[in-house]
Amino acid sequence: MGLTGLAIFKLLPKTNCGECGVPTCLAFAMALAAGKATLSQCPYVSDEAREALDSATAPPIKLVKFGSGDKVLEIGDEQVIFRHDKTFYHPTGIFIEVADNDANLAAKVEEINGISVERVGQKYELDGVAVANASGSADTFRAAAEAVAGKTDKAIILISECPTCMEAAASAIAARKPLLYAATAANYEKMVEVAKKVAAPLAVKGEDLSSLAELVAKVGYKELVIDSGARQISQVIADQTQIRNSSVKKRFRPFGYPTIAFTTESDPAMEVLEAQAFISKYASIVVLKTVKTEYLTSLFSWRANLYTDPQKPIAVQPGVYPYGAVNADSPVYITTNFSLTFYSVAGEVEGTRIPSYLIAFDTDGLSVMTAWAGGKFIGEAIGPWLKDSDINQKVNHKKIIIPGGVAAIKGKIEELSGWEVLVGPRDCTSIGSFAKLRLS
Amino acid sequence: MPVEIYKDKFTGKGQEVILGATKEQGGTRAYTVKMGGSSTLPFLFYEGEIPNRPVIAMEVWDIKPEWNPCFEQYYGDVWNDPVAWAKKAEEYGAEVIYLRLQGADPELENSKSPEECAKLVKDVLAATGAPLIVEGPGQPDKDNDVLQAVAEAAAGENIALGVAEKDNYRGIAAAAMMGRHCIIGRSPVDINILKQLNIMITEMGVPIDKVINDPMTSSLGYGIEYSYSTMERARWGALIGDKMMTPPVICLAGPEAWSKKEPNAVGEDAGPGWGDQRDRGIMWEAMTAAALLQAGGDLVLMRHPEAVKLVKKQIDALMVPNKY
Ligand code: B12
Ligand code: SF4
Repeated sequence: MGLTGLAIFKLLPKTNCGECGVPTCLAFAMALAAGKATLSQCPYVSDEAREALDSATAPPIKLVKFGSGDKVLEIGDEQVIFRHDKTFYHPTGIFIEVADNDANLAAKVEEINGISVERVGQKYELDGVAVANASGSADTFRAAAEAVAGKTDKAIILISECPTCMEAAASAIAARKPLLYAATAANYEKMVEVAKKVAAPLAVKGEDLSSLAELVAKVGYKELVIDSGARQISQVIADQTQIRNSSVKKRFRPFGYPTIAFTTESDPAMEVLEAQAFISKYASIVVLKTVKTEYLTSLFSWRANLYTDPQKPIAVQPGVYPYGAVNADSPVYITTNFSLTFYSVAGEVEGTRIPSYLIAFDTDGLSVMTAWAGGKFIGEAIGPWLKDSDINQKVNHKKIIIPGGVAAIKGKIEELSGWEVLVGPRDCTSIGSFAKLRLS
Repeated sequence: MPVEIYKDKFTGKGQEVILGATKEQGGTRAYTVKMGGSSTLPFLFYEGEIPNRPVIAMEVWDIKPEWNPCFEQYYGDVWNDPVAWAKKAEEYGAEVIYLRLQGADPELENSKSPEECAKLVKDVLAATGAPLIVEGPGQPDKDNDVLQAVAEAAAGENIALGVAEKDNYRGIAAAAMMGRHCIIGRSPVDINILKQLNIMITEMGVPIDKVINDPMTSSLGYGIEYSYSTMERARWGALIGDKMMTPPVICLAGPEAWSKKEPNAVGEDAGPGWGDQRDRGIMWEAMTAAALLQAGGDLVLMRHPEAVKLVKKQIDALMVPNKY
């Protein structure tokens, strides 16, 4: 991304020695621009050229990782302002803050571990715990960090502006690769030392955008997460938008890092709405306090929606799925292979507790009504498929239940497949009552 | 290192639309609401003008709807009295009343006549001070008849009539024009159809400052991202100068959110880890609304009074001007 082949060519030695594996410097430049080669393949680039090329070919926002084991969180590396321009890649990490001197620390971490929301075939969990050095004591902070690390394998953020406290806690759990929050104008020299020592990413906190940029330039460390210091929701949104625009559209390097945002509302419902705005507007991490799942369910769902790839709907493998101990009398339902539709329906079919077959019909991942309107979930497509499908060998009846929204396709399916069509309810949440009434 | 503030250079801006008319303006509303008119993306005050805050409308039905039992405590005594219900909605914070004439659905046994609908609209107007939106039963022929009668009955009040779609807009547009009312044009999450519909409606003679767009809302968890991106693209289109993308946007957050499983399910029906229904339901609606505000929603239709409170607070906080 960024430089054209020609611009890169200007920075190469132009000797055409061929050691890079392609015959000419120009060919090599083209390969670089297309992302098919790496600069290290040419032994002769000058240091200045290397620096210019490195920064020009680096992604606009750096990818930063923290945490350990299978809970490594990847943030940053976004390329667009709007999801419809391409897609958003690395979903915002959602963290819960706990105080190091909280008497119920262990129980809180248990609670955080226990949050697990399942819907439409997806499972949502919190990404980690942010331990705040509320005590101001290095010993308490270290003990809390160790306790949290012992209780959870999720990613950890350490929050303290006191370098000695940070060093105590960070070195104790260095193997967990925590994110250190935060370096400020007052402490950055020492904080960078700590970060380098434990090889952990460091958050940099400014007082506004300008002081943030200044500080980033000064720290001379590249594993960074940035925070403009704003806390009022509309200012946070403005700053986050500035950071995203400057890094993506202008390649302003000091802002080419993932960001972190903190909620301030004390009412849990408002806090979750605040977090929603931060997620919508580019925060790579949000830190909040609420662990109530009746609120978090919505927040997780929003994050999942925002980060789905607009170019390809999430689909399930088309085919015949059994639910429960099916036999030759089991009812047969049909829906589309759009994962949202499929899992909504599957949950309801399973909920009837009558062993049943559910067909995920291939609609290229479109919902029922969309696929119907688009000519992909119609009698002319379903009928012939059903006639030859191996479901004919699995059951000894020929009755299929279709979604109520597409009642109009009943006749064509019957004509082309020889099956009898039962029109189900419009909304799959009524499948339970439908089954009770019609199938038992 | 003073940072250079990045600003997009826009040449266009959203169309401001006024709903309602006070006495001086020939109506009887206690106030009017202004929507749209922004020359920047949502809530980015440093980049341009945001003359109007997003507005909250609340649903009122002319027949008893099948809503979650949790609404009983708020509306239980007014299910069969739309006029009292409308007054209640005002108490709960509705800035606009959204009257759904579902009882005029021709498939119903005692389907209401256009005259009955017109009378109801008059009664609601007489009992309340908020600007009004009226949605027909959703059956093209009946919509035309009902909205025609409603438009006449509400002459001078500058209400909004809905919902006009690509295959059914002429009658509604004619009614809006005749009564000098606003019109809501709905397009199926498709920015090209949105634009096309605006062109057709304005070509019929409805001025653009009487058009509100419904780009089709989907609920949180069920395709909301399509609505979100369609709205972002429409706002961008307006800002770069496409006049036919400028109308303010209405989002049907309440009805869409509550039609899903997550806000409603109790006991065994609720999925693993979903938490208590009451707060989950309120949050599901509030989250749907708040997400669409970030994409540029100007008018949000809501249902639960507690969700309304939350979203209003959120709007307050978002409307604090950010500056550099
Ligand atoms: C998101 C969306 C899109 C997305 C598609 C995303 C996708 N992966 O499907 C996009 C933008 C691509 C799209 C495109 C189109 N769309 Co579209 N779209 C929608 C929207 C907003 C939501 C659809 C959705 O995801 N619903 C959620 C899923 C879960 O619903 P569902 O699959 O229908 O399943 C439900 C029921 O059918 C039932 N059910 C499902 N399976 C089964 C099985 C059984 C046995 C039973 C009993 C019940 C049951 O339960 C489920 C939950 O209630 C709707 C409007 C709306 N708000 O509903 C319009 C809508 C479906 N689209 C519509 C149209 C016309 C189109 C287009 C043809 C035109 C256009 N430009 O919009 C194209 C066609 C695309 C193509 N290539 O063929 C129309 C269909 C009108 C009609 N009745 O014919 C709708 C209704 C909008 C409208 N009112 O105009 N669309
Ligand atoms: S190795 Fe370097 S100098 Fe040699 S051809 Fe390749 S790019 Fe040119």
